[in-house]
Amino acid sequence: MHNFNQSKFLRYWLTVHLLFLVGMLVGCGPSGEPSLPGDISQDVGAKELFYFTWSDYVDQELLDGFETQTGIKVIVDTFSSNEELLAKVQSGATGYDVVVPSDFMVSIMAKQGLLAKLDHARVPNEQFIEPFLRDLPFDPQQEYALPYLWGTVGIGYESSVIETPPTSWNILWDARYKGRISMLNDQREVFGMALRSLGHSLNSQDPLLIEQAKQKLMAQKSLVKSYTSDSFDHLLVTGDIVLAHAWGGPIARAMQERASIKYVVPQEGGTIWTDCLVVLATSPRKAMAFQFMNYLIDTKVAQMTSERLLFASANRLVKDRVAAAVRNNPAVYPTEEVIARMEWMVDAGEAMRYYDRAWTELKVH
Amino acid sequence: MNNSSLRQSSVLLLPTLLVLGLFFCIPVLLMFGVSFASRGLYGGIEWTFTFENYQRLADPLYWTIYGRSLFLAGTTTIVCLAIGFPLAYVMARSSARMQTALLVLVMIPFWTNFLVRTYAWMFLLRTEGLFNSLFMRLGILDTPLELLYTNGAVFIGLVYGYLPFMILPLYVAIERIRPSLEEAAYDLYASSFSVFRHVVIPLAKPGIVAGCILVFIPSLGAFITPHLLGGGQSMMLGTLIQHEFLVVRDWPFGSAISFLLMLLVLVVGVPLLKGRKLWGS
Repeated sequence: MHNFNQSKFLRYWLTVHLLFLVGMLVGCGPSGEPSLPGDISQDVGAKELFYFTWSDYVDQELLDGFETQTGIKVIVDTFSSNEELLAKVQSGATGYDVVVPSDFMVSIMAKQGLLAKLDHARVPNEQFIEPFLRDLPFDPQQEYALPYLWGTVGIGYESSVIETPPTSWNILWDARYKGRISMLNDQREVFGMALRSLGHSLNSQDPLLIEQAKQKLMAQKSLVKSYTSDSFDHLLVTGDIVLAHAWGGPIARAMQERASIKYVVPQEGGTIWTDCLVVLATSPRKAMAFQFMNYLIDTKVAQMTSERLLFASANRLVKDRVAAAVRNNPAVYPTEEVIARMEWMVDAGEAMRYYDRAWTELKVH
Repeated sequence: MNNSSLRQSSVLLLPTLLVLGLFFCIPVLLMFGVSFASRGLYGGIEWTFTFENYQRLADPLYWTIYGRSLFLAGTTTIVCLAIGFPLAYVMARSSARMQTALLVLVMIPFWTNFLVRTYAWMFLLRTEGLFNSLFMRLGILDTPLELLYTNGAVFIGLVYGYLPFMILPLYVAIERIRPSLEEAAYDLYASSFSVFRHVVIPLAKPGIVAGCILVFIPSLGAFITPHLLGGGQSMMLGTLIQHEFLVVRDWPFGSAISFLLMLLVLVVGVPLLKGRKLWGS
């Protein structure tokens, strides 16, 4: 009897370990191992493309559309900050073909030699890109990046609690909303916001200014419920928070679930950004990759993207074609007046060290 | 041991040695090397030899994290033991049928991915979540409690996640103790407390040690729980390592912290294991 139980127990114990191992292997397996290496000429035989993008940008229907058109299956993996993207791509052979860095990250990745040059002939839809997204310092010669979606950073808020629209970032320091505020989990955005609220450029490289911003953010930390880049929309809808330092798109989606949620860009201004499609230098499927990029900014596809993901499309024909509710939503398409007070983020160069250090200090305390 | 049996056992050991060498020793050695390198401007690894990463570990900035990790892992272990021991005792002393049923109940959570179960906790703990709405409806609370994204939430998640690892070894150990020993003690007029104190606990010690090791070590380096239930607020060693690797892209320093974690595990684990041998004999 005694031994019988013990052997039975052993069986259970082994099963648990096996289940555990299987779970770990399934959970951690690389999602983008290239199955068919080769150069462009071999693209024809390959039927899979590996796409590494923001968690907000995934829409299966759009990818299925590409598969029906071309027979190429797009396999998606997601990240939630530019730093995460860089860290993963830097670590070497990632197997990804098309990735979506934001403006300032394009220049960092290009400097590191991580990007393939754009083959303009393969992306004819490039002619439809908004002119104001084309002459920007992160890619002055338009060598690498194809702007895809763009937008602003602002404040998403619950208007039944905050009745007058906030005009300053300083509302995120209001003790009345203690524990009901969320901040982006993104060092440049958080510091950029604090710097703007102090009247400085969000690209400040002076360690003293960065320190000043850090002090201000430290004072805010006890009010913050969470630093999150991918669930603030959800937290607003469930009522966990009433103020979110946020990207416009997810707020626009939250509005569909809870109409009392609103979006505003404070008077001090903030970040304007554009996420760009780029092909990695290591991609063995560049022809397919450009074909996919061209598909994503095709006017019809881009219109569908803008309406479904609720981000502004870089294709200039799209704004006039999307539903009026999307076009007039300030969280999706900012007005000219708002665009005028926004600032592009640029690579902070050597000052990245100060940002990295200050961000760690903020998160640790 | 003669020569042929030595050869036989080395053949049998080969797969294990290969797996250990390939998937454990080589990566660990690589990381050890990286921990003496320095970080490039954009986060690459520059192969200059330096002790700076280990010196940085002493920075008071990180002491909060070490303290929090040790405290949370320690209390998790103690609470798991306090909850797990009575449960394991009842399990070990029930009928064979009941034992199987209870074991299955302990195992069932493993059938669902740990990540999914942690998300379930997020739903339970949020402001408009199950606990808060229930307490408010019952009139116990007026305003919802701040549950999610606190040290408390991380603690609950850790206890929940690692409790089975405490129960199972305890159950094995207690099940081996013959009930007749306890009866003998009662016959000699021992109180229930002294039976527990002088018979059950000493005999269950190997199980207690194994359980504590199995709970303490993974909670010390836990990542998913503090990441999801701590909301980027309550950093622990596991989240700090992730932060260094993926957010600030300082691989050399991240590697140095990983070695600190291994050292902490050794400092706690080795004496426990040694003690276990003593108790076993």
